[in-house]
Amino acid sequence: MRLTDLPLRQPAFVETIDWESLSSVEGQRLREFGLCEGASVEALHHGGLLGRGPLAVKIGRMTIAMRRSHAAAVEVSTGPQEAQA
Amino acid sequence: MSGLPLVALVGNPNAGKSALFNALTGARQKLGNYPGVTVERKAGRLSLADGRPVELVDLPGTYSLSPASPDEQVTRDFVLGKQAGEKLPDALVIVIDASNLDNHLRFALELIALGLPTVVALNMVDLATRDGLELDANVLAQELGVPVVSTVAVRKRGLDHLKTELETLLGAQTGMLRASAGEPDFDAVRREARRIARAAIVRETPSRRLTAAVDRVALHPVLGLALLLSLLFVMFQAVFSWASVPADMLEGWVTALGEAVTNTLPPGIIHDFLLQGVVGGVGAVIVFLPQILILFFFILMLEATGYMARAAFLMDGIMAKVGLSGRAFIPLLSSFACAVPGIMATRTISDPKDRLTTILIAPLMTCSARLPVYGLIIAAFIPARSVGPGIGLQGLVLFLLYVAGIVGAMLAAWALRLTVAKGRSGGFLMEMPKYQWPRPQDILIGLWQRGVIFLKRAGTIILATNIVLWVLASFPHAPEGVKQSEYSIAGRIAGGINVLVEPIGFNRDISLALLPSMAAREVAVSAIATVYAIDAEDDAEALEQGLGDRLAGRWSLATALAFLAWFVFAPQCISTIAVTRRETNGWKWPLFMIGYLFVLAYAAAGVTYWAAVAMGLG
Repeated sequence: MRLTDLPLRQPAFVETIDWESLSSVEGQRLREFGLCEGASVEALHHGGLLGRGPLAVKIGRMTIAMRRSHAAAVEVSTGPQEAQA
Repeated sequence: MSGLPLVALVGNPNAGKSALFNALTGARQKLGNYPGVTVERKAGRLSLADGRPVELVDLPGTYSLSPASPDEQVTRDFVLGKQAGEKLPDALVIVIDASNLDNHLRFALELIALGLPTVVALNMVDLATRDGLELDANVLAQELGVPVVSTVAVRKRGLDHLKTELETLLGAQTGMLRASAGEPDFDAVRREARRIARAAIVRETPSRRLTAAVDRVALHPVLGLALLLSLLFVMFQAVFSWASVPADMLEGWVTALGEAVTNTLPPGIIHDFLLQGVVGGVGAVIVFLPQILILFFFILMLEATGYMARAAFLMDGIMAKVGLSGRAFIPLLSSFACAVPGIMATRTISDPKDRLTTILIAPLMTCSARLPVYGLIIAAFIPARSVGPGIGLQGLVLFLLYVAGIVGAMLAAWALRLTVAKGRSGGFLMEMPKYQWPRPQDILIGLWQRGVIFLKRAGTIILATNIVLWVLASFPHAPEGVKQSEYSIAGRIAGGINVLVEPIGFNRDISLALLPSMAAREVAVSAIATVYAIDAEDDAEALEQGLGDRLAGRWSLATALAFLAWFVFAPQCISTIAVTRRETNGWKWPLFMIGYLFVLAYAAAGVTYWAAVAMGLG
């Protein structure tokens, strides 16, 4: 499931990230925010009236605002977490 | 550069670095700029327990040593000793947020690897405890190999311990950069950070955080937007209503000072110069100090509480429509106070096209320097009548002027994004900090710094402009029967300008005010005041009249409206041009900005004038 489709306040973890679809600056910044395979994530809020605004996502202990296009690059899973990266 | 030991405060954004800096240095801080670049240099004096003074520098917050914005570049260069005009720091204080350990430790490990004498300030431990997180600073110190001090900057806890550690570090050795063996592997450092964080965390109980609860409202698509609009409404209301008492008081003092000049000095050139050029000119401007401080108070509060990031989140959808990101909302909001700090605040925008566009449209936000001009013209020409329950016509016009600036800025951003700042949107990525109760001292220090900057401006640029204008308007003396404002040098220059601006309804008074108001917009008011004062010298009746009444008698409504329209887009003040040149590293963009704003202002004034004349208001 993509991070954009994750129901709000449902804990999940990152399965894969399509780094290719992110620019190098964006990728670097997201990595610095702690986004990586295996990280715990939770979608907290959708911005904008029609659900087209940015997404507030908890990554580890940080809350990050990101656009939907970035969140769509992140595949998440709500199942039991296998291994920590 | 002083000969004192140099200590740098460095860490992630939102680690509480600035609060720690303020707590350590208090009022002994200095703002400046790094030579060659525009990033603010925030330094202060700190006395260690043994009395040794140390220079403490607060570096811009950053997530790693790989810079993504101009702010982060300075931080990197500084800790590597490559920042022009700075030596290698003698020690580093790494500030980390105790409740965000794994993430902040990653950057801390990157910094510790540099090999400089280092102490870690484990900050905001009180918030971590509240969140059910218990940490062992000793384990952390062992794992990191550097001393770790638990601090709560806002309560001044742990500061003495931190100073003691600094003393030991500075006594032992001088800073030497370890030769780096290539770029460290990002993922390896992250794994190490996570391992250390796990080792240092004694106990962790999940708890509902205040921030999450507040965000359910503050980030709600409907409630959040309503909250943001209410906050902005309260802010602008406060600017006008709270400021009236202190502004009247200041005005009283200016009047008293003018009378003192009249009473003590014999009539003559010095008397006229002090009264018309200095007291009148600068006095007309400093009465706006309360409004500016109130505006900055709100902006500092919104920033210190962590709300600004929420405002950016809410506005991202709208800003995206004109090719900007929610991040641009923060500098644009501060531009309502003044475009200069607004333009400086764009440094946190990492995308260069986003940043350039934001800089170019920042002067369109109605800065507080326009208030004197709007206030004067509205009071003189717009009747104080009600147009609906609780809505006064004068207030409505002022509101519309603000809206015109915002709409103009959005259209300009959209046009710039399609032309000179063409490119893919930079996206929107931003940390949402925890909510925090601001420390009054931090707000006061911020207000004091902004107040000093404004008064310096009044005392330098505005004073100088008024003096030059007074001299140009006073000489040569007009013969009998000729108006001084037309015969003087300034009058002749104005005559030349008038040819250009007559088609858009401007008269000679306005032409005369246009050039000096380029220095600072509020000078438009003092310039007209000065010229009228000179003209009215021999006319006792005219002297008695207020400036507004005299304008109402001499200008048509169409001209007044055109003048207001001009100032919505008016080519900006010298400080704005200077800061734009500094921030964009050259003359290309400031010249472009002057050009496009001139065209917009001319067109807006023209359309307003012609429409008003067509409606029979000429």
